[in-house]
Amino acid sequence: MPTKVRIPTPLRKITRDQEVVEVDSCATIGQLIESLEKDYPGMKERLCDEKGEVRRFINVYLNDEDIRFLKNRDTPVKSGDEVSIVPAIAGG
Amino acid sequence: MDKPKGFFVGLKCRECGRLYPAEAIHVCEFCFGPLEVDYDYAAIRRAISREKIAGRAKTMWRYKELLPIQGEPTVGMQVGFTPLIKADRLARALGLRECYIKNDTVNYPTLSFKDRVVSVALSRARELGFTTVACASTGNLANSVAANAASAGLRSYVLIPADLEQPKILGSLIFGSNVVGIQGAYDQVNRLCSEIAGKYGWAFVNVNIRPYYAEGSKTISYEIVEQLGWTVPQHMVVCMASGSLLTKVHKGLHELVKVGLAPSADCRIHGAQATGCAPISHAFKNGTDIIKPVAQPRTIAKSLAIGTPADGYYAIKSMKESGGSCEDATDEEIIEGIRLLASTEGIFAETAGGVTVACARKLVASGVIPHNQSVVLCITGHGLKTHEAVMGHCGHPRVIHAKLSEFDEKVYQADSRKHAETPA
Repeated sequence: MPTKVRIPTPLRKITRDQEVVEVDSCATIGQLIESLEKDYPGMKERLCDEKGEVRRFINVYLNDEDIRFLKNRDTPVKSGDEVSIVPAIAGG
Repeated sequence: MDKPKGFFVGLKCRECGRLYPAEAIHVCEFCFGPLEVDYDYAAIRRAISREKIAGRAKTMWRYKELLPIQGEPTVGMQVGFTPLIKADRLARALGLRECYIKNDTVNYPTLSFKDRVVSVALSRARELGFTTVACASTGNLANSVAANAASAGLRSYVLIPADLEQPKILGSLIFGSNVVGIQGAYDQVNRLCSEIAGKYGWAFVNVNIRPYYAEGSKTISYEIVEQLGWTVPQHMVVCMASGSLLTKVHKGLHELVKVGLAPSADCRIHGAQATGCAPISHAFKNGTDIIKPVAQPRTIAKSLAIGTPADGYYAIKSMKESGGSCEDATDEEIIEGIRLLASTEGIFAETAGGVTVACARKLVASGVIPHNQSVVLCITGHGLKTHEAVMGHCGHPRVIHAKLSEFDEKVYQADSRKHAETPA
């Protein structure tokens, strides 16, 4: 079963204006990012730094839980999970 | 947009280093990192000197070369250069040899350090052609935006959590600002503001004007160092909400060295939070720089109740780099801190000031700040704005008739008995 990924406005140029995209089933968030890159080239360098870690000011949520408090890139993805990509809110 | 004529070159992403023009933008389009002002420090070094600064008016604009405006400031001309007080009685109470208070409770015009950042933000917003200014605020910022906008003839909108302290609400309404109370915590106000910013062509001082705005906080460091005869204290204690103030206090010290005004920036910077909303302190104590947001802040220090601190990561970095540490204080400790500062130094600080004093006390007690070293506490806002937090904790006046006999009996004699019972 494919995984739904919510894309924030600033990255929708890459997804051809799609707010939600589906990627083929992946075992981990790391694989999901690779899969996104395959379907939407340019996505990975926006999401990850040179070391392949998710950028500091990008939050990736697996079913509303920040992956930083799970297992980061190794966080397992199950069938039916939903992933959201949300830039951190600056300001305040 | 023209190349800026001041000593700042443009904006730069703090994360990936991409360069941007000096416009009303605050986030890197590529990596979403925060944008920061980029200066030509070599040019500033040539242009500035201790003597030149000494000849200027006693406001924070005496360091204008290090602030991101192109021309002369047009908003908040009288702001800053607040007293640095040698706090001997407080030092004794804390068990310190040398303690100072940077007293921003008397900042102009709205009695908090926010007058510094707002003066820069509105001066820059005017240069960029804005006529409406706005902010997301826990109160002090709202007061300062409202007042400074009024005096500059700008329209203002201030968005605040609806349950703020009454004086902070009145302290914005009085200036004719459009005050909008949001049902929710500050983080929800901030989220809404990030959606509004840009949409109506307004200058949101802490959203799209944030790179300029935040720089105003550096002047606290410049002033402390100048007021100490161009020397740097061994420790500073700074309260943290978003963490921006602490980050900029740290940056300010290093800039003074870069432009040749101070010999070193060797000062340990300690952060102070309220236990009921301490995401930065918790991360620091757990040895990580990943900050877990606090969904529902619960503290009387409402001005520090930011559950998702935008600069928390950088604040932790600053504390670590400077050799500092981090503490947090409970509501009870905050009230004790406010009372201690008031009764020893005659300074009435708001709840955030109570946090700073209480955390300093803990840092001294635990030996993190050694007894024989110099400490500056940054006290950032006035106590009359949060009087409800200490109401009922300071006793009540004794009410008598206007008769000498009653005063003699109920006040003088009663107090004489009390003093006789209390060992000196």
